[in-house]
Amino acid sequence: MKRYILKRLVQAFVSLFAVTLIVFMLTQLSGDPALLMAPPDATPRDIQEMREIMGLTKPLHVQYGIFLADILSGEFGRSFKWDKPCIAIWLDRFPNTLLLAGASMVITIIIGLSFGILSAVHVGRWFDQFGKIFALMGQALPVFWLGLMLMYLFSVKLRWLPTSGMGSWEHLIMPAITLGWFFTASIARLTRSSMLDELDRDYIKMAKIKGVSRSGIILRHALKNATIPILTLGSLNFVFMLNGTVITETVFNWPGVGRLVVEAIFTRDFPLVQTTVLIGASFFIFVNLMVDVLYAYIDPRIRYQ
Amino acid sequence: MSISVQSTAVDGTSRQESGARLWAMVLHARELPLFSIGLLLLFVITGIFGDFISPHDPLRTNLRAVLLPPFWEETGTATYLLGTDHLGRDILSRLICGAGVSIEVGFSVIIVAGLLGTLVALLSGYIGGRIDAALMRLCDIVLSMPYLMVAIVLAAVLGPSKENIIIILIVLGWASYARVLRGEVLRVKEGDFIRLAVIAGASPVRIMFRHIFPNIVNTLIILATLQLGMVIITEASLSFLGLGVPVPEPAWGSMCAEGRGYIYDAWWIAFWPGVAIMLVVLSCNFLGDWLRIRLDPKFRQI
Repeated sequence: MKRYILKRLVQAFVSLFAVTLIVFMLTQLSGDPALLMAPPDATPRDIQEMREIMGLTKPLHVQYGIFLADILSGEFGRSFKWDKPCIAIWLDRFPNTLLLAGASMVITIIIGLSFGILSAVHVGRWFDQFGKIFALMGQALPVFWLGLMLMYLFSVKLRWLPTSGMGSWEHLIMPAITLGWFFTASIARLTRSSMLDELDRDYIKMAKIKGVSRSGIILRHALKNATIPILTLGSLNFVFMLNGTVITETVFNWPGVGRLVVEAIFTRDFPLVQTTVLIGASFFIFVNLMVDVLYAYIDPRIRYQ
Repeated sequence: MSISVQSTAVDGTSRQESGARLWAMVLHARELPLFSIGLLLLFVITGIFGDFISPHDPLRTNLRAVLLPPFWEETGTATYLLGTDHLGRDILSRLICGAGVSIEVGFSVIIVAGLLGTLVALLSGYIGGRIDAALMRLCDIVLSMPYLMVAIVLAAVLGPSKENIIIILIVLGWASYARVLRGEVLRVKEGDFIRLAVIAGASPVRIMFRHIFPNIVNTLIILATLQLGMVIITEASLSFLGLGVPVPEPAWGSMCAEGRGYIYDAWWIAFWPGVAIMLVVLSCNFLGDWLRIRLDPKFRQI
């Protein structure tokens, strides 16, 4: 087990290293930062001086080394556009994404659990079939389109909810559903299969013999034991959601970190792109690592592969 | 010599059999996903012959026919069956030509990434050792990165264009083929016919391509079918963000993005391309699942 964790840890660091390389490449390929930052009336000499101050005249591998050292000491650079430390801007936006992902998580679990339980109880009947179609849709619907159609239905036609932006709790509903759609389907399927597993066990038969009511068996006995894998998946999904907000936030103009990446790309604010991508990718890689270690802990076969 | 004949015979029949089985299934299977196959055929045909089929020029603007609704609405006309966008361009024509873009990106990516992944899997699985370790670490790195985010950054670095999107999706896509197919190669490698081929003096290259490859091609087809849907959705997402196929070329994702600004006045601009994406991706998933069950019973457990 220790060996496996060590192996995966090294792998995660190599992946992170690869991400830093890609992100570093971004600055190299996207033109001269000194030219981008210089005021319009700067003379060529001023720009040359700026290059020297910014360390752009040094060889590439030295620049990369400085870049890595800066990241490791928590120095992510300043945003071109906002003239503030990138990390401050990121910290400003992150609570919004956290709020969105949290709301989405709640909706996902409520809908996913109830769909899964109903499918398991009525296995093979119309509700189960409906659940299957729902799950297939979860994989095939493009997120941005779902968001736009919800917007049309609930804001334009029914006028129940505001189209976009952030403010009251009503602003939160549509983005949260959109973001959670894919995960709702997966949670519903998982709940269904683990409920079916549990309902087949001996203790359920025993409870039936003892005369426990149907709802008691389903909710208090089977569901209680079926929730462990569901909660595991759910909590992991949460972190993937934090990373998957780019499109949802763009559709609904939600001021979170996903929208920040796109904004920064279009304003050519490269330090900001670097920061958001690096933090996002680190999150993602770290969670992947946790998932693998967790699975290896549960299933020893993975360790010895 | 006799062993060599036997080994090719075993190999030959297994390949012929899998080919024959595929056709028998396509022709006689009871639960053939006709709907999916029909839709995908329609998708491919409209994609290839889009220029001849489309009723209007997808790029031609007509400022006298701006934001016209589909034909069944009161102000709609039969000239523009699915309506027009904010520049008076025909949505149906743009949809048809957008299929061509999705096909071009989708098929180039699954073909190149599939072949690249197969090559890596063959080298990694059959030769093993250091090559295996190096290639699989590379695979792990690619698979452990946040897919969409890396795609967005690479698109920003390389600049949005159709060719760059294809390159990015290939770079990010080969690893999942390599990972799955390597496992298949390891399994096939243990077969007697491979040992006999080695004894008969077949070169490693010949063994990899003539003996092992035909036995993993089924899995490759299944994976590629399932990947096609994902590639199409990713391309559409990038185009939606403005980092994919540049406007004015009609791509389904960017059409949805254009419709976002007109969601109050013209729902049809964003509606149709989304329906097209959904139908194509659903068809790919159905067909892929069906192939998986038919072609490879072992896959059912995964």
